[in-house]
Amino acid sequence: MLILLYLSSGLFLGWSLGANDAADIFGTAVGSKMVRFRTAAIISSLCIILGAWISGRGASHTLEQLGEINQLGGAFIVALTAGATVYWMTMLKLPVSSSQSIVGAIIGWNIFTGSLTDTDTFKTIAATWVICPVLAAVFSMGLYVAVRRIIMKSKMHLIKLDFYNRIGLILVGAFGAYSLGANNISNVMGVFVPVFPFKPLDLWAVRLSSAEQLFLLGGIAISIGIFTYSHKVISTVGEGIVDLKPLSAFTVVLASSLVLFLFSSQEIQQFLAGNNLPTIPLVPVSSSQAIVGAVIGIGIIHGGRGINYKLLGKIGLGWMVTPLIACTMSFIALFIFQNVFSQRVFRPVEYAVTEEARDRLSSEKIPARLIDTVSGRNYANAAAFRDALKEKDPALSPETIGTIIRFTRIQEIVVSTGLVPAELRTPGWLTPGEADALRKINGMKFHHSWQMEEALAEKSAEWVLKPDRAEFRPYNKRLRDRLRYLVSKMALYETAGDQ
Amino acid sequence: MQPIFSKTKRLIMEIDRFMDLTSQAGLHFKEGVRLFIEQRYDEFEYRLQMIRDAEKKADSSRIDIEAHLYTETLIPESRGDVLGILESMDSIVDKAKSTMLNLSIERPVLPDKLKPIFLELTFRVVDTVEELVAASRAFFYELHAVKDHLHKVKFFEREADHLTEKIKRDVFSLKIDLSRKIQLSYFINHIDFLADQAEEVSNRLSIATIKRIV
Repeated sequence: MLILLYLSSGLFLGWSLGANDAADIFGTAVGSKMVRFRTAAIISSLCIILGAWISGRGASHTLEQLGEINQLGGAFIVALTAGATVYWMTMLKLPVSSSQSIVGAIIGWNIFTGSLTDTDTFKTIAATWVICPVLAAVFSMGLYVAVRRIIMKSKMHLIKLDFYNRIGLILVGAFGAYSLGANNISNVMGVFVPVFPFKPLDLWAVRLSSAEQLFLLGGIAISIGIFTYSHKVISTVGEGIVDLKPLSAFTVVLASSLVLFLFSSQEIQQFLAGNNLPTIPLVPVSSSQAIVGAVIGIGIIHGGRGINYKLLGKIGLGWMVTPLIACTMSFIALFIFQNVFSQRVFRPVEYAVTEEARDRLSSEKIPARLIDTVSGRNYANAAAFRDALKEKDPALSPETIGTIIRFTRIQEIVVSTGLVPAELRTPGWLTPGEADALRKINGMKFHHSWQMEEALAEKSAEWVLKPDRAEFRPYNKRLRDRLRYLVSKMALYETAGDQ
Repeated sequence: MQPIFSKTKRLIMEIDRFMDLTSQAGLHFKEGVRLFIEQRYDEFEYRLQMIRDAEKKADSSRIDIEAHLYTETLIPESRGDVLGILESMDSIVDKAKSTMLNLSIERPVLPDKLKPIFLELTFRVVDTVEELVAASRAFFYELHAVKDHLHKVKFFEREADHLTEKIKRDVFSLKIDLSRKIQLSYFINHIDFLADQAEEVSNRLSIATIKRIV
């Protein structure tokens, strides 16, 4: 019961996302009166659920990298504050990014718990907040010019054009909703994935993993958000920024759907990698930002006339303050939840230079002198350890600090294949070689998760990560997924029932 | 999906039919006035009947199109313009019919001297209507071609105005009763009104086209 209570904040965030981000997808179509709200709501709900369920895993790890929330209470507060921020912005009729909101809330958790925010991941995510609307604007301009030229040449009857435009709006809207579900579900449920204890659920011929069950629930919450509260943002997007014509509405939806798809498709990433092209990070981007960018693109095509700059400024301000509000609210709420309600919002992760860590760090060419200065004591969290390192040597590079922190993180593990019997039985979850290596280290104990990784790699080359090149990223990603899962299952925690 | 496709197809056909009927009404009007001038009244009455039929069909066609556009919320951004244009075009057909009807009832006697110029005025007026129909068709099918027809509408309307003035001057310089002069002037005005109405529709069409292109 308590678990469901915790999950309710994720569902609330899903509802907020439905009321805000999802409203954007069909906002222009409904605003231009080409598609009825009811039709739009039904189609987008279905497609979002499908996208979340089928392709939801793509972007979710990015959030896990940003901050690995290790306690249900923490995940509850993070999702709750992110949802509340989006809800607040929805009341102000502002299309905001649930991605920004959740990222802000996670950083709030990181600050509160003394965890370090992965700056590279943060930079990647923050970059998409700029790239996403710009890309959508460029796409919508290009598409608008191309589609208009085709239409002018086709000599199609106005009524037929209207008919195809409607069909097009519904199809690209459905595609956009699917992409949104795939891309943004991690915003809603991503923080729960590492900590949620659902058992695999057999549903007719389909087996739903814990993550899939979460994504399905999140998709349903988003759908409810669309039906119940998306009118406000629809009016802003559909009519407020620029008065959109049906053709513009079509290109706006298509452009933003393509942008969302680009940022959530593992297939495209593999294709780009396979052809030695620069890859696109699988980051949860904002449909709001994509749509607003695309609408501005249409405004630019028309010489900037008719753009409501005042509203645009308000939206821009909303985007800037959203992560800050979410971060502050998350920090304060975590403090209250922990100290007033006596609930655990994080599991302390200690750092210490063990014998194994010392050896490993020397092999990484970290000076022994430096290691010695921080040896002999445990550090309560990553931030405290980082501060200690900086105190000893202020000139230390962030990379060196990152390496030291990575190898000194304490994670007591006892390998027990008995903890993952269902997974081992699932065909394809592990290759025979991987499974064999896991069985060989059964019963072994480790102080750090990297020790388990190295022990597995020693037993089988199939556990060895490949060089960090674009073409190997999907391979490495899968391997890391499995390792992370195994560690989370086999780690020993000080208090029973935490997981 | 088939019923939606066929609905769209039927509406397109209905709009095309309305255009055909407007054009036909213009042609019947042209023939009718010619027959009237040539005093072939039986054939004139037959033309009157034909233009009455065309007017009735155009009316029901317009109502049908309006109903479709509203109930199915089609072409939301151009619906107002399209309906306005169709209604104004319908009023041209109405006016053509009522002018023919009045000719039939009043049977004004045209002086022989004025017959050729009277006929020429009628031809120019119908040219205006024909170009308007072509422009309206282009509005639906080929937006960039609209202006090619609109400038012709304006040209023929000015020609009609010019002829109207000339006939009226000729009429009032004749030594006939003032009542006859006023009656002839009344018919001249009615015929010219078709061109004026066509020009008014062309102005609406021009704005609607710009709205769609931008």
